[in-house]
Amino acid sequence: MQWRPEIHFERRLKPPRWLGVATPPIAVIVALAIGALVLWASGRDPVDIYQRMVRSAFTNPGAFSNTLIAATPLLLTGLAAAITFRMKVWNIGADGQLMIGAVLAAAAGTYFGGQGLAGVMTLMILAGIVGGCVWAAIAALLRVYMNTNEVLTTLMLNYIAPLILFYLIFDSTSYWRDLSSQSARVFPQAKTLATEAFWPEYGTTVVVPFGFILGAALAVALFFVVRSTRFGFQMRVSADSPAAGRYAGIRTGRLLILVMLLSGALAGIAGASQIGDVSHRLEPKNLQLAVFGYTGIAVAALVRYHPLSIIVSAILVGALNNAGFNLQGPDLPLGLIGVNQGIILLLVAASEVTARYRLVIGRRSRRCDRGPPDGEAAEASATDGAAAEQSDGGATS
Amino acid sequence: MTAAGAPTRDQDRHTVSARGVTKAFPGVVANDGVDFDADRGEVHALLGENGSGKTTLCKILTGLYRPDAGQVLVGGDPVAFRSPADAYEAGIFMVHQHFSLVSSMTVAENVVLGWHRDKGRVFNRRQVEEEVARAAERFDMHVDPRAIISRLSVGERQRVEILKAFYRGARTLILDEPTSVLTPQESEQLFVSLRRMASEGEAVVFISHKLDEVSALCDRVTVLRQGQVSGSADLRTTSVDARGLARMMVGRDIAFSRRSRSQPVGEGEPALELRNVSAVDDDGTTALEDVTLSVRPGEILGVAGVAGNGQVALGEVIAGLRRSTSGDVRLRGEPLPPGNPRAASDRGLAYVPEDRIGTGLAPGLTVADNCVLKSYRQRQLGRGPFLVKPRILARTQRLLEAFNVKGTADSLVRQLSGGNAQKVLLAREISSEPQVLVVATPTRGLDVSAMESIRKLLLEAAARGAAILLISEDLAEILDLADRIAVISRGRIQGVLEADGTDPEQVGVLMMGGSLEDAGAVAP
Repeated sequence: MQWRPEIHFERRLKPPRWLGVATPPIAVIVALAIGALVLWASGRDPVDIYQRMVRSAFTNPGAFSNTLIAATPLLLTGLAAAITFRMKVWNIGADGQLMIGAVLAAAAGTYFGGQGLAGVMTLMILAGIVGGCVWAAIAALLRVYMNTNEVLTTLMLNYIAPLILFYLIFDSTSYWRDLSSQSARVFPQAKTLATEAFWPEYGTTVVVPFGFILGAALAVALFFVVRSTRFGFQMRVSADSPAAGRYAGIRTGRLLILVMLLSGALAGIAGASQIGDVSHRLEPKNLQLAVFGYTGIAVAALVRYHPLSIIVSAILVGALNNAGFNLQGPDLPLGLIGVNQGIILLLVAASEVTARYRLVIGRRSRRCDRGPPDGEAAEASATDGAAAEQSDGGATS
Repeated sequence: MTAAGAPTRDQDRHTVSARGVTKAFPGVVANDGVDFDADRGEVHALLGENGSGKTTLCKILTGLYRPDAGQVLVGGDPVAFRSPADAYEAGIFMVHQHFSLVSSMTVAENVVLGWHRDKGRVFNRRQVEEEVARAAERFDMHVDPRAIISRLSVGERQRVEILKAFYRGARTLILDEPTSVLTPQESEQLFVSLRRMASEGEAVVFISHKLDEVSALCDRVTVLRQGQVSGSADLRTTSVDARGLARMMVGRDIAFSRRSRSQPVGEGEPALELRNVSAVDDDGTTALEDVTLSVRPGEILGVAGVAGNGQVALGEVIAGLRRSTSGDVRLRGEPLPPGNPRAASDRGLAYVPEDRIGTGLAPGLTVADNCVLKSYRQRQLGRGPFLVKPRILARTQRLLEAFNVKGTADSLVRQLSGGNAQKVLLAREISSEPQVLVVATPTRGLDVSAMESIRKLLLEAAARGAAILLISEDLAEILDLADRIAVISRGRIQGVLEADGTDPEQVGVLMMGGSLEDAGAVAP
């Protein structure tokens, strides 16, 4: 038979664990290399630019603090995305949920501003949770009771939320609007929190915002909830197979609503943290342009929705954003930084494929060891379909 | 290398042969040096357990896979099929278990769909219809060429698939477990047609794991075990009984457990009762119509029927996974709340669904997680909202040992063999000591040895006093295990027979929608 080189992917029966851990960092390195080519091709010195990126994201005085500030909302929206995406419920509405959370948190912060920090913070966080939950509940209830696609509803709600924000600040004399001075009436802006209600920061050389610590704690909590609680067990079963969940007596509709509410709550906390940690007042334009909700999806997807790893990926993406913000200027357009970010995200996401498949060049699949034991023979027949697809792919390539 | 040239027909004894065919998939060698010949004028059985490599071999013969090593020969000449189209050229066709027919078109239209002998010319409906009718006549397979596919029964659709193959010039026909969707009568009819084809000089390859069919129908048999040919026999010259074939398949003697009907089934109140239950499918069509059944403690009631006649809905309604539109399901006299699987399970109902992996088990979770799929709410497995892993593992370990499951607590269910996965499922359901056990197609797709251990488990559960509703498409299994047989057709119970002394033919008449009078049976 004539020999023809063939290139095809073959599914790994059991992806090795080390590979799953090693691929994202490798993908980042490869992405940086490709990004260097792009920079070089556009007539810039990649080494210089990468050095400046590292400096402005990590090593300059205060740089890492800014990275953490940028990472905080992404950590929370990343968790919000992860918890539903794992369940194959596609809540892409963290953006809107964050905004409504921010609206209520800002109200709580300005109303109870002088009541002592712990009390105000608690109330702001609760308000953020309520806001996020309300916004998520709309989509959740529509999904469970009207069988409406949550992708569409959460997306639409993302358009509505900023309109509410703009209305409150620009088109009305709402409670949120600052009407205390003449200039504030001409150039609309929101009320600012009393300084006593600003959320605390910790550390001296590196300043960690409270919201980041809260987010990290929630990530750890979420990890244990999913792994070790009965509620988490229900989530894992339904995530793996909704039919098995129903069969096991899990009230799947109720579970879906709870998970959506949890997701909305996390996004709402991100909104509260934006008010308490960063802006100290509602800033509709900034919140709309930041697209924290959508970036959170990328943050979660980078680490395959694993709660603890989201802390790392949020810092990575936060660092990229922070560096991009600092570096942009006449010699380095923001678009070029965006290209680099995009390459990194794309490669890390794509690297998942290499963890699950192996690239085979040359002849057909390797001759395997003889004598499949009882279990594996049937396993092979179970994975036969997948194997068939790939060998077909190989045959036509 | 180009595909098979024109097959050298009628000059060689062999139509299709495999020589030393080897095919490996990641982690398993599906075919290992397999030799196989499909001769003209014979029905050749390819026998083997699941995962023994039957299907892989046939996919190589029909160009769906390419072998890693070895050769396929047509008429003695080596060929290298690059696609099924090459195999068609060489006259090799396969009828898969899932038909590829367009249900809104007629028989004749389906026959020419995607392939027309006179390429480019206008579809001459009358000519095709006549040809199809002639082929049908020739093989004694009556189908109206003008009939719409959706109006046809499964058996008739299968005939269309076969006629399609012959219209396109098939000389070798491979049938993948063709009887699994047929009633006994339809199977008989199919056998007549297959014999006719062989006598006309075509080659028929018959894939099966049903031993009695093989010995009744086939001229030769080749048995595969773990990817290798473990035996072959010419049934025309030697007499090999089902037991001998089974030995070749599994490598040792197998005697199936049967229900001993000497001990009387417990009298008294039925443990499970269905009263005038009707239900609809997801698409709104009637799935169950006025079903009334009862099972007493310690009794096995078999529900026989051709696949797709309401069996799935029956199991689901009882388990609370589907709401009935009328009637009620009672456990020990108490009606179950409809559409509430948790209540059903709390009240002592265990359910082994037809869809084991995906419904009965969560394939991506560990064996341990699956062992507590229903019992994770029990207080002794956790502390407050937390589950205590050592306790789950201990329970899993007990189950694995008691039910002789190969596999560890932390392996994923997806990685288990079909037999072991089914054992995990049954272990979990039976260990809850249910009052009522509903099992759907419990041994389908399992190898002979796994099948036997599942049968034993069911008989033991009945001996302990569980009322068992055995929904199965395998009539032999029902005849072996059940005390009474309810036959379901189009969602209706056609009749209930005492299993003792029941003739499979009678059951077959009911399966096709006949009545007890048609079947000539006396109602119990």
